[in-house]
Amino acid sequence: MRVTVLAAAAAPPAAEPSCYSSVRNEWWCWQYVVDRREEITEAGVQHVGITLAAIVLAVALAFPLALLARRTRRLESTVLAVSTGLYTIPSLALFPLFLPFTGLSAATVVLALALYALTVLVRSLLDGLRAVPEEVRESAIGQGVGPTRLLLRVELPLALPVFLGGLRVAAVSTVALTTVGALVSYGGLGNLIQHGVARNFRAELLTASVLCVLLALVLDAVIVLLQRLLTPWTRGSTV
Amino acid sequence: MNVLADTWDHLLDPTSWRGGGGMLALLVEQLLLTVTALAAATVVGLPIALALGHRGRGGFLAINVSNIGRAVPTFALLAVLVAADWPGTAQLGPYGRAGLATLIALTLFGLPPIITAAYVAVREVPREVTEAARGMGMTGWQVFRRAELPLALPLVVSGLRLALVQVWATATIAALVAGPGLGRVITDGFAANDYGKGIAGAVVVAVVALCLETGSALVQRAVDPQRRARSRTVGEDVPPTVTEAPGTTGRRATGDTAAPDTRGSAAGHRR
Repeated sequence: MRVTVLAAAAAPPAAEPSCYSSVRNEWWCWQYVVDRREEITEAGVQHVGITLAAIVLAVALAFPLALLARRTRRLESTVLAVSTGLYTIPSLALFPLFLPFTGLSAATVVLALALYALTVLVRSLLDGLRAVPEEVRESAIGQGVGPTRLLLRVELPLALPVFLGGLRVAAVSTVALTTVGALVSYGGLGNLIQHGVARNFRAELLTASVLCVLLALVLDAVIVLLQRLLTPWTRGSTV
Repeated sequence: MNVLADTWDHLLDPTSWRGGGGMLALLVEQLLLTVTALAAATVVGLPIALALGHRGRGGFLAINVSNIGRAVPTFALLAVLVAADWPGTAQLGPYGRAGLATLIALTLFGLPPIITAAYVAVREVPREVTEAARGMGMTGWQVFRRAELPLALPLVVSGLRLALVQVWATATIAALVAGPGLGRVITDGFAANDYGKGIAGAVVVAVVALCLETGSALVQRAVDPQRRARSRTVGEDVPPTVTEAPGTTGRRATGDTAAPDTRGSAAGHRR
């Protein structure tokens, strides 16, 4: 009898260990998310920042490169060969190769990820431009449309659906690849995953992993929305 | 540029290659992991994808499995497998620490390119060819074996190539969760502020990746039945479908390395 009373009295101060304490170490723990929300937000913001910077840089470089590449067949095959080679190099190996030039900074991650995205984007842009029907091009020229207007008003809009398809691929894989930036401590949510693995902290690594996938899905949905707004004529025919 | 000199020294120093944790042993370990996982993914994924392609069913799944695979970070899946009670970090024979967890992750990430490419490959076989084959009285199996499979083969093989490159890349990332493989040289180097060592590891990983890609491209060329058929029938009258197919599959094969699903949707348009 006395024992139970003692136990009851002792319980409140030695409160039950939280679900993310190393004793329980549960995979999903809302308490963790509440307690560490600042840390999680910071990692998420870094993740989004690195991803967006890489994609914007890649898009900005992809247009001139694709337009240049399509001028001569030889340049095109060179660009495609180099980009295939680049795409072959594993991300964990590409980051160190940038290190001598950019050091341990976010720039290392952004540049490497932009290169990966660039290879996808240039390819899809070239595919899209190639898919423009020759009759459309000829009838535009026949109507007296100049080369610049032909590109901006006819060819690029028609290449847009294929290009945006490539953008979806690039964006989703960039979100996933950003985690590997943890190697140089600029991996966004990847930093949390790495810390979680090192300390066997399940709630931390699972929360960060789930957020990563959600981020990829949200970004994908945004691009799909963009696709609907920019290319209303494809509505209904594509998925 | 001191780091580059360190890198060079590390690459030339024979002691960095020899021994248990040497780059040679880790290279063999990672190649072993890659080959095993690719074989497992092929055995599991290829029959399913070919069957789905032949029946023309499950296309949504076969195309989207690649999209899902792309959204899940390799690192995250490896981390979850390693932190779990099973498979955890247990040593697995020649596959090193966390060998089983790494093999499972590698196989899972090898599956999507194989499944998507094989499915699309069978679906892309011109309808006239399969209908003609059926009209000649071939059974479903014969249509698959004698008409669809030979025409689909180049694209199937390029899916395997893509999987090979992907599995190799994933195997490198295993080091981030203290798993096996050459990536360890990179992570160890970075953890110890020995950037020369880390970059040296990266150079080796990248060079092997390029060798695997080029090597598999050469193998693909050598075994391409349509290429052999063409060289046999030089100057002869080749049926139009046969001359046409290699061109289309060849172009798509180059396109799929970067963007498998844009190609998938493009395929949808053409049909």
